[in-house]
Amino acid sequence: MAGGRSDARAAVAQTKVQGMTHDHDHGHGSHGHDHDHDHDHDHGDPHAPQKDHDAGPMTGYEVLEGALRRLLVEKGVLTEKEIAAQIDLMDSRSAALGAKVIARAWVDPRFKARLLQDYRAALAEVGIDIGHVAEFKVVENTADVHNVIVCTLCSCYPKMLLGIPPAWYKSLAYRSRTVIDPRGVLVEFGVKIPAKQQVRVHDSTADLRYIVLPARPAGTEGWSEEQLAALVTRDCMIGTAVPAVAARETASA
Amino acid sequence: MNAMDQAQRTHARFSAGDAVKIDDRPALGHCRTPWYLRGHVGVVAEVLGKFRDPERLAYHRPGLPALILYKVRFRQKDIWPQYSGPAADTLEADIYEPWLAAAPTPAPRSRKRKSKA
Repeated sequence: MAGGRSDARAAVAQTKVQGMTHDHDHGHGSHGHDHDHDHDHDHGDPHAPQKDHDAGPMTGYEVLEGALRRLLVEKGVLTEKEIAAQIDLMDSRSAALGAKVIARAWVDPRFKARLLQDYRAALAEVGIDIGHVAEFKVVENTADVHNVIVCTLCSCYPKMLLGIPPAWYKSLAYRSRTVIDPRGVLVEFGVKIPAKQQVRVHDSTADLRYIVLPARPAGTEGWSEEQLAALVTRDCMIGTAVPAVAARETASA
Repeated sequence: MNAMDQAQRTHARFSAGDAVKIDDRPALGHCRTPWYLRGHVGVVAEVLGKFRDPERLAYHRPGLPALILYKVRFRQKDIWPQYSGPAADTLEADIYEPWLAAAPTPAPRSRKRKSKA
């Protein structure tokens, strides 16, 4: 079976079964692989044979997914084409989409106000349809507050704006430690939040997906939206990074 | 459901600024109230609107009537006595109304000692 696609297929099937009510990740836990492969490569021998990720026996979840998918197709609930289309839709989403929105908010205060108030209308203005699987909320970093997003219960993530989440976001370590020691976790990401700035953790326990609107860094006056968007990494919108301008860029801008 | 209308707001039992205590009852099966918040007191930061009940949806039931969902803000030091960061640090979670009770303590937003009033 097409192992690489099995997660997404399972997720699609499951979402359909649940009536598109929320976009929880059901692929975590003992399900052995994620689409965002943050692999640690062994750099000793570049030509060392790599193990095929689907070379081993199928896990119980893979067997279950395959059986469920085939049944759904057989019974006419879904078609293979629909499943492939949904996978393509998810693959087309990436953090670049979120970065574009953040850059627009930085240059247009009225757009920012609308984004914070009625994100759906604001996103439609810039041609982004984020569907109705989940509600969203944009939380703004200020001089007083630094926001960071986590989902302790599973791994809820604003996929429609950021794409498939990184593997670490789904890890037990990130999910448990971020609520207990957010400042310690942020230091490990290379971010030191000053004591005078409140750290506010958002545990997305229910029907809302959160995305951080980072503060526009100093030294970016007059930059184009494209230049600004390039500063906004995925982690900036999770809250585990803050956008920074390299000294070189400031000089040449 | 994004822009909540006035009627929904009126039906909400709590409003922004209210102190609420998270019920510490055990729950079997699917539940969205994290264990680490049960029994703790926070403040309603926002009334988020009505959403179908995930504890029923999880078992393929319609999840109706829909429940009011609240964004509840906690002080980290109230949740974790050993929290090492500044007292101003907070955590917010989205909690459904049946898990909330009016808290007898004053809004924990103030830095003063809790009174028994």
